[in-house]
Amino acid sequence: MKALIGALAVLTLLTSGIANSAEPSGQAVYEKWCLPCHRAGQVGSVQLQQRYKGAIPAVLTERTDLQPALISVLVRKGGQVMPIFRKTEISDVELEALATYLTKPTK
Amino acid sequence: MILPPGVSQRRFTSALREFEQIVGKEWVFSSDEDLGTYRDAYSPYWDEKIDRIPPVALCPANVEQVRAVLKVANLFKVPLWPVSTGKNLGYGGSAPAHPGTGVLDLKRMNRILEVDDKNHYALVEPGVSYFDLYRHIRDNKLKVWIDSPDPGWGSPMGNTLDRGVGRTPMQDHWSNVCGLEVVLPNGDLVRTGMGAIPNSKSWQHFKYGFGPYVDGIFSQSSYGVVTKMGVWLLPEPEAYLVGNVTVPKRDDVIPLVDMLSYLMNTGVVQGQTYIQNMLNGFAPDLLALRAKPGGASEAELQAYADTHGGYWSLALPIYGTKELVAAKWQVAQRKAAEIPGARIEVQRSYDLPMPEEDALKLDSPCEVSVPSLNIFNTVAMPMKGNGHMFAAPVIPMRGSAVIESLDVMRKAMEDIGCRDYMAVPASTFFARSLTILVIYPTYKDAERNRKSREALKHMVKVCGEHGWGDYRAHASFMSEAAEAYSFNNHALRRLHETLKDALDPNGIISPGKAGIRPRNER
Ligand SMILES: Cc1cc2nc3c(=O)[nH]c(=O)nc-3n(C[C@H](O)[C@H](O)[C@H](O)COP(=O)(O)OP(=O)(O)OC[C@H]3O[C@@H](n4cnc5c(N)ncnc54)[C@H](O)[C@@H]3O)c2cc1C
Ligand code: HEC
Repeated sequence: MKALIGALAVLTLLTSGIANSAEPSGQAVYEKWCLPCHRAGQVGSVQLQQRYKGAIPAVLTERTDLQPALISVLVRKGGQVMPIFRKTEISDVELEALATYLTKPTK
Repeated sequence: MILPPGVSQRRFTSALREFEQIVGKEWVFSSDEDLGTYRDAYSPYWDEKIDRIPPVALCPANVEQVRAVLKVANLFKVPLWPVSTGKNLGYGGSAPAHPGTGVLDLKRMNRILEVDDKNHYALVEPGVSYFDLYRHIRDNKLKVWIDSPDPGWGSPMGNTLDRGVGRTPMQDHWSNVCGLEVVLPNGDLVRTGMGAIPNSKSWQHFKYGFGPYVDGIFSQSSYGVVTKMGVWLLPEPEAYLVGNVTVPKRDDVIPLVDMLSYLMNTGVVQGQTYIQNMLNGFAPDLLALRAKPGGASEAELQAYADTHGGYWSLALPIYGTKELVAAKWQVAQRKAAEIPGARIEVQRSYDLPMPEEDALKLDSPCEVSVPSLNIFNTVAMPMKGNGHMFAAPVIPMRGSAVIESLDVMRKAMEDIGCRDYMAVPASTFFARSLTILVIYPTYKDAERNRKSREALKHMVKVCGEHGWGDYRAHASFMSEAAEAYSFNNHALRRLHETLKDALDPNGIISPGKAGIRPRNER
């Protein structure tokens, strides 16, 4: 019985922990949803390299010129090959955190 | 916006209010902006009047909400297209087959209910992606492999319900399903197999349960909304070797495929491989040879093959314990050596587990159970277009069928002057058969899309006439794919429709899925 109460207590702690961490991490959102295509050598980076011919970095996290508006448009309307992301995948709050992360001068 | 057939704007608005009561206002999407996120990002009808953009998207959080939503959908005759993770790009994305159908987005139901690394299975909800399941297994150090399709963005549930494929020995996903929970169109809740026993202890251990085995009718289907699925997993192998066999002459493909068939049906070779015609590459001298007026003669092609390493090449994936992999490779070499002139070599070989960063350097990390999006580098890069769509005819696992289908398919495209497509060589998606994935580009341009659509439809039709039906179809071309399955004046369609009418008389789940129309649309 004692063990059970212990387990329940841990469970409650965990859930309240999740509830309290309302502030999503932009980096975590990026790594979950964007990195697989935007790491060096993958399709996003390869195509952006072709587009900008090295004038700006091909990897998004190395860019200093990104604007939140461009990120929102790409995420909610998609690019060419880049698909659209829905609110059940990336919520508005997460999108904001993602945009903040990608537009910070150092990441 | 296109409303459901026969539903007025007023009735539709009332239905939305009811849906909001069930799932909460913020999980009923009806603005143009939000609905735009449910359209097919690679649509072959981009921005045309009949582009498939749903009139509503609903996102329930649990099974009870799904049941309540379906009751209201019946009442108001609002059809819904369920998606698990909605990444069916190339086959229609998250968008329904018909523009007046709403989307039932199950992404929020995303619990991994169980992963067992002693009996090797998982029980998942719809919204669990391959990435999610992989991370759970990795972080908990469980000794099991998932079998992700090339893109890891989809879900065991969604991919498996569309009878998708991966690359490891568990690649035929539907064959590894063990136990479903389904909400029927009338809102009733069923568990299949041993799950029908209250407090069952073996739901993911024994597929069949008792009585008629019904699981299959929920795949590629509009007979229910699946809310839980048991999937069998592979015990983590110790080693992985890819052998390679190259043969010199055109007709060598016949013994080559017979050998492959033997090796696969005895379990020596497992996983995805393909019959590569080495004369279908993109080398400039080869392209020049093929582009000659009148095309290259067979003698010229053979001469090219003689000086460029062979005519056909076949990789042989082998998985297992270290001893088994060594022994299986011995068998494979012995069998391959029976083909005169065969060149046999180890292409690559690994001890497992492989560090994740090394796996991610592979073209297809999912060969070693690591989900990724690397495939976009190989598929998307050489293709023109903004997206793409697939046709996927199935041929028997015979060398003669490989030769015949290549000739027929090439001619079908030449006949209509189509050069804008890519055919993946005949692949071992499913046991005893080969699948030829044909990829057509899609654009944000109506005229070029029209050409791509016509080409895909022509390919499906010609293949169907040769008895090569598709294993799966794009939501825009499901009726076309179903057309090939016409034995006895479409007896199978009549059976599908009988089931549809019995289970879903109001036609509220996925009208048009697999070409099956509800009574009110026939
Ligand atoms: C470059 C590229 C490569 C690809 N490679 C592969 C590959 O190797 N193998 C492969 O199989 N596919 C491949 N695909 C196709 C596709 O991306 C995957 O199959 C993907 O897993 C499907 O999306 P999903 O898992 O999110 O399923 P979803 O989109 O959620 O669903 C797929 C289908 O099942 C139905 N469905 C989903 N959930 C339910 C439910 N709960 N109840 C009832 N019906 C439901 C949906 O209506 C839909 O028709 C590829 C696509 C691209 C663009
Ligand atoms: C399936 C691969 C894929 C995924 C996943 C993906 N992208 Fe992209 N992205 C691309 C490609 C390819 C391009 C360039 C061409 C295009 O528009 O599609 C691109 C372009 C972009 C650009 C445009 C940059 C410019 O200078 O024009 C931004 C911004 C961007 N992506 C952000 C993101 C973010 C943020 C995510 C994650 C939420 C993401 N991408 C996920 C493939 C992807």
